[in-house]
Amino acid sequence: MSFCLNFPLFLIVLSLISAVLCIILPGKAARYVALSLALLSAVLNAVILFYVYPRNISVTYLMGHYPHPWGNELRISAMEALFSSAFSAILVLCLLGGSAQLREKVQAELSPYFYVMTCLIQAALLALVYTNDVFTGYVFIEICTLSSCGILMIRKNGRTTLASVRYMIFSLVGSGLFLFGVIFLYNITGELLMPNIRAAVLTLWTSGEYKVPLLTAMCLMTLGLSIKSGLFPFHIWMADTYGTAIPGASAILSGLISKGYIFFLIKLIFDVFGVDVFYASGIHNVLFVFGVIGIIIGSVSAIRENNILRMIAFSSAAQIGYVYMGIGMSAGAGITAALFQMLTHAATKPALFLSAGTMTNAMGNAKKFRNLQGAGYVTPVAGLAFTFESFSMIGVPLTMGFMCKYLFGTAAFEAAPLKMIPTLIALSVSTILNTMYFSRTVIRIYRHPIANGHEREKTRVSYALAAVVFIVVNLFFGVFGKSFIDALGNCVTIF
Amino acid sequence: MKKFKEWLRDWDEGTFDFTIDTAAAGNEESTVSESFEKTALTDLENREFRLFSRAFPITAVILASVMIVFLLSAVMRLPAFGSPHTPPAESVTIQRYIENGLSETGAINIVAGVILDYRAFDTLGESHVLFAAAAAVFILMASARRRPESPRDQAILRDDPILRNTTKVLVPIILLFGLYVIFNGHLGPGGGFSGGSIIGGGLIMYEMSYGPTRLQRVLNLKTYKITVLVSLLFYSIAKCYSFFCGANSLHTIFGPGTPGRIFSAGLILPLNMVVGIVVSCTLYGFYALFMREQI
Amino acid sequence: MWMTLWNNRIQVAAVILFAVGFVTLLLHRNLIKKVIGLNIMDTAAYLFLTSIGYIENRLSPIIQEGDTALETYVNPLPAGLVLTGIVVSVSVTAVMLALTIRIYRRYHTLNLDDIYRYVHDEMEGEQ
Repeated sequence: MSFCLNFPLFLIVLSLISAVLCIILPGKAARYVALSLALLSAVLNAVILFYVYPRNISVTYLMGHYPHPWGNELRISAMEALFSSAFSAILVLCLLGGSAQLREKVQAELSPYFYVMTCLIQAALLALVYTNDVFTGYVFIEICTLSSCGILMIRKNGRTTLASVRYMIFSLVGSGLFLFGVIFLYNITGELLMPNIRAAVLTLWTSGEYKVPLLTAMCLMTLGLSIKSGLFPFHIWMADTYGTAIPGASAILSGLISKGYIFFLIKLIFDVFGVDVFYASGIHNVLFVFGVIGIIIGSVSAIRENNILRMIAFSSAAQIGYVYMGIGMSAGAGITAALFQMLTHAATKPALFLSAGTMTNAMGNAKKFRNLQGAGYVTPVAGLAFTFESFSMIGVPLTMGFMCKYLFGTAAFEAAPLKMIPTLIALSVSTILNTMYFSRTVIRIYRHPIANGHEREKTRVSYALAAVVFIVVNLFFGVFGKSFIDALGNCVTIF
Repeated sequence: MKKFKEWLRDWDEGTFDFTIDTAAAGNEESTVSESFEKTALTDLENREFRLFSRAFPITAVILASVMIVFLLSAVMRLPAFGSPHTPPAESVTIQRYIENGLSETGAINIVAGVILDYRAFDTLGESHVLFAAAAAVFILMASARRRPESPRDQAILRDDPILRNTTKVLVPIILLFGLYVIFNGHLGPGGGFSGGSIIGGGLIMYEMSYGPTRLQRVLNLKTYKITVLVSLLFYSIAKCYSFFCGANSLHTIFGPGTPGRIFSAGLILPLNMVVGIVVSCTLYGFYALFMREQI
Repeated sequence: MWMTLWNNRIQVAAVILFAVGFVTLLLHRNLIKKVIGLNIMDTAAYLFLTSIGYIENRLSPIIQEGDTALETYVNPLPAGLVLTGIVVSVSVTAVMLALTIRIYRRYHTLNLDDIYRYVHDEMEGEQ
């Protein structure tokens, strides 16, 4: 076995160790630890990707001395390596771009704890992506919940605390449902490892035995994860959460945490329920319907909002709707589109939150649009990044957002006509609405040349670096994305 | 409910709420909360509110009944309770755990063998859930300034002979029992989690009757952090070593030993000790943070 | 039907508790009661899990006198999972209670509706 297959284990343990280590370090050192850890993770996962992808293999990695069904396992294939690498890289950028705000809005003695939580988040995301065991998934989902609540509530004012209460309640409802689903599944299959469950589920499905409990388990697990990731009727925590956290935290929450849950759900669909069983059960139709409604409702709510951070949060709800619409559409093209949409959103939304945070900060904590006039001149880099990422959200050609919408469009034409028409309607309506609210914001921030009292602010190097990298990545995948998407489609087949 | 509110308010007296955000700067805090008390509901809001509080029981009952019916229909078709012919009871996993557990892990308590050896990755995650919770509670509750003593604290610190003598007798027994449970985790019922919570309970009881000052000589923030750090580091590194050896089929230095001895079962005993330390520290830390905002 | 329900009575109880806890957690307006609902929900899940592990006329999974026959002991795995789950629910409860205390200090009420109204008033005043 090649040595690089040990990297996931090392990275998970290293993240846990650095999380514990950060409690005795001062803020600055903790920041370096968290940053270098995320960078290391991005690089090593990329190494795994380049080892696994050309060989077209998927490897199970034993956690302990006991072979197949007796111990915990990790599973390493190209998809897992790609997503963990992307998540870690985005975590690096979020930490780079968000640190200035952290220093201003959080007590100095608490700032190491922010990095404790980001290290835990990284460990949880890696474990969620790589795990091959449902119960391990549950444990790391809880770590993810607690640590994401941690980065949220580290800003100690009333509204943020209320938002964290709300976030916690929805998360706990979600993980409770998920746990109950796991228990049902264990009761009827007697297994906890994903491949074994899939084999058992397939036998049960074809024989018709325990059909109702099986469906219940699938519903509970899907429902739990969709509550946690903020699918339409449960998106109501999003606006408060993302709108009140410090921008670095909202970037991580919207860009990574919800994507981690969705990735785990997709993993469940492929490895636990089995694609055939899942798409025969009809649950995907429910996901599709709520995804489509979520796109429309999210966009409409975003238009009605007059607070920039809350507007971006509602737009997140719409984007999550896209992902679920893709999952609901079909197993092949639909899932590929959903996965690419996840990457796009993870690469776009953090940049939007960080830029908006920088702009509001420069304008004296103004969040309403009328107070943000001229913010694009006060902080040129943030204004530019915001504009560019807005274009990506709208779906202007040469950006990732365009590729995404193109993928959804082509997937829609392959799908059944009953799904094709709603998809196309949702795509066009949401594009129009997106254009309306993002162009409104962009026009607003460039309306007046530097207005009364606001000097041009010096841009922080770390933030500028993060913003530039976000833009370059977006452009790169927007222009040369075709071959990447083909590769993604290949990964789906061996997932 | 009212009592609880009063109690919380009592406890609240003289606290210093550290808020940095401009929207809620420190001096605004008091005025804002006063105005909250005075806000009168307008008629419309009042009506909406009453409507909601009337609707709450109905919605709750409906939602609960729908869920119960939905889940019961699934439960009805589940394998029968207590039967030896259910899928979990017949799976090969259980067979191996019971038949080979003793020789492979060296633990007489099969559950300890399962959670600390076969499925150790879960348990590693679980200890870090505790750590994450402790850190989150620390973020929420810890305040930089020492809280002035409230009448409740003074009542605790009043020399109460019955309380103190009972504690003097009980706490050593509790701690000893906790240690016994931890050290016998692989030999009988018990283990790091149960033993750790017993010890944590003993520490809390000690602090309740003697006040924090004595305990703080040994267990202040610095020693607390270092204890947790060392324990979790040991845990992660030991488990990483054994996972690494397992995955690459290397030989580990931790064998199962002679079953039945105290020093047997490879890593299970040290891991139980480490888990016990983490759990007792965390429980005590929760208490201290909730009580006096400091460890 | 009633016979099957009676045979699975522990799981039935667990399911009812789960639904009660779920609804309390989701709909109740009082934060402390939400925490209680959370605990009921988690406990129900653990009750369910424990009941899966039980097999009639078998001993607890602690090996006695070297007897390692499968027919002697109940299923040890659910016990291990419950142990893991309990720790998770303790941690989550602690965090929720800490959040509740902070909310109470700030707004002097535990009723979420009131808190929302205060927060709404607060947001009207901001820029």
